[in-house]
Amino acid sequence: MNINATLLGQAIAFFVFVWFCMKFVWPPIIAALEERKKKIADGLAAAERGKHEQELAEQRAAEVIAQAKQEAAAIINQAQKRANEIVDESKSTARVEGERIVAAANAEIEQEVNRAREQLRGQVVSIAVAGAGKVLKREIDAKAHDELLNDLVTQI
Amino acid sequence: MASETLTTSYYIQHHLTNLTYGKLPDGTWGVAQNNEQVAQMGFWAIHLDTMFFSVLLGIAFLLMFRVVAKTANSDVPSGWQNFIESVVEFVDTSVRGSFTAKNDLVAPLALTVFVWIFLMNAIKLLPVDMIPGLAGLMGLPYTKIVPTTDPNATFGMALGVFALMIYYSIKIKGPGGFGAELAFQPFPKWMFPVNLVLEGVGLIAKPVSLALRLFGNMYAGEIIFILIAAMYGAGLLLGAFAGLLQLGWAIFHLLVVTLQAFIFMTLTIVYMDMAHQEHH
Repeated sequence: MNINATLLGQAIAFFVFVWFCMKFVWPPIIAALEERKKKIADGLAAAERGKHEQELAEQRAAEVIAQAKQEAAAIINQAQKRANEIVDESKSTARVEGERIVAAANAEIEQEVNRAREQLRGQVVSIAVAGAGKVLKREIDAKAHDELLNDLVTQI
Repeated sequence: MASETLTTSYYIQHHLTNLTYGKLPDGTWGVAQNNEQVAQMGFWAIHLDTMFFSVLLGIAFLLMFRVVAKTANSDVPSGWQNFIESVVEFVDTSVRGSFTAKNDLVAPLALTVFVWIFLMNAIKLLPVDMIPGLAGLMGLPYTKIVPTTDPNATFGMALGVFALMIYYSIKIKGPGGFGAELAFQPFPKWMFPVNLVLEGVGLIAKPVSLALRLFGNMYAGEIIFILIAAMYGAGLLLGAFAGLLQLGWAIFHLLVVTLQAFIFMTLTIVYMDMAHQEHH
């Protein structure tokens, strides 16, 4: 166990190794470590941001859906109302129209009836007159048939 | 009986001797063949095994990390890159926790200290006779493969840390500031000789404790391993018992190996932090 020049040799070797390590080993490795640390931190931050954005988007989507539902309900309501209105409107129009048609038909019928009656009355009168003429030709018994003729006339 | 104790102690002694290169007694340079020759070489000798294995492991460390550093990118890391990155991250966290100033040297320093010492400690988990046995076949008289059981290695690193401490103390605080830190506290200024002695001891104690703690732990562990290995030769029953002991001690040493590397690293960071602090 004697101290000798090995001491100096060891000290020199020590300095050489430390120098080499400082120059060529430590900086690249620690730079890579730092860079990876930064990369991971960035990645985590990006993931966090993405998650946040997704939450926002979901919220927005929910809002949009709710609004759309509301609008759809409003539109359906309006449509139903409008449909009811149209039905009511057409009902009343139809009723009025029907009434008008009925009234017109009634009037026409009455007119027709009146015309027919006038025609008939004229014809009956002429038939009656012709009949009466024929009867009178044979026997004119004014006294006896006056009552009958009168009755006929009133009937027509 | 005497010869057996001789061989056992020789076995242990042999395992604790480094392969030393220096000036032999006859004036030529070469590898010492026995302890007397090692002792005569004095300071200007070098432990070839310590140097070889420490530099080998240092290069292994740098290669392992350099492979990842070259292709490092921020994509999904795979296998080996993952492992290296977790080591780097661990060291980086330790540095951030203990070192408050800003210095690009400290983190690579801590990484080098941690992984290098860990590797140098970890090869002691190899069986004590394996590599020395192979080296013996190649004709090398001694081989001690664990560099951290050689005080030269631990003191070498501690001296490196100490030099950096002094350098940054002077650089950050200026020579005057550093001198004032040593001389004018903890007692009033007129007692500066006392302060100087106290602070000087404190300063010197840092690298010495750093080196001795690592060396002591590793050396003691190594001796236990060698003792257990020596038991293998003492009969079947004791040999089997030694196998169990070695297993247990090796598992326990997984902890010691890592812990000592971690302690050395943490104290290095703390000392460097103290060198960067303006006031205490």
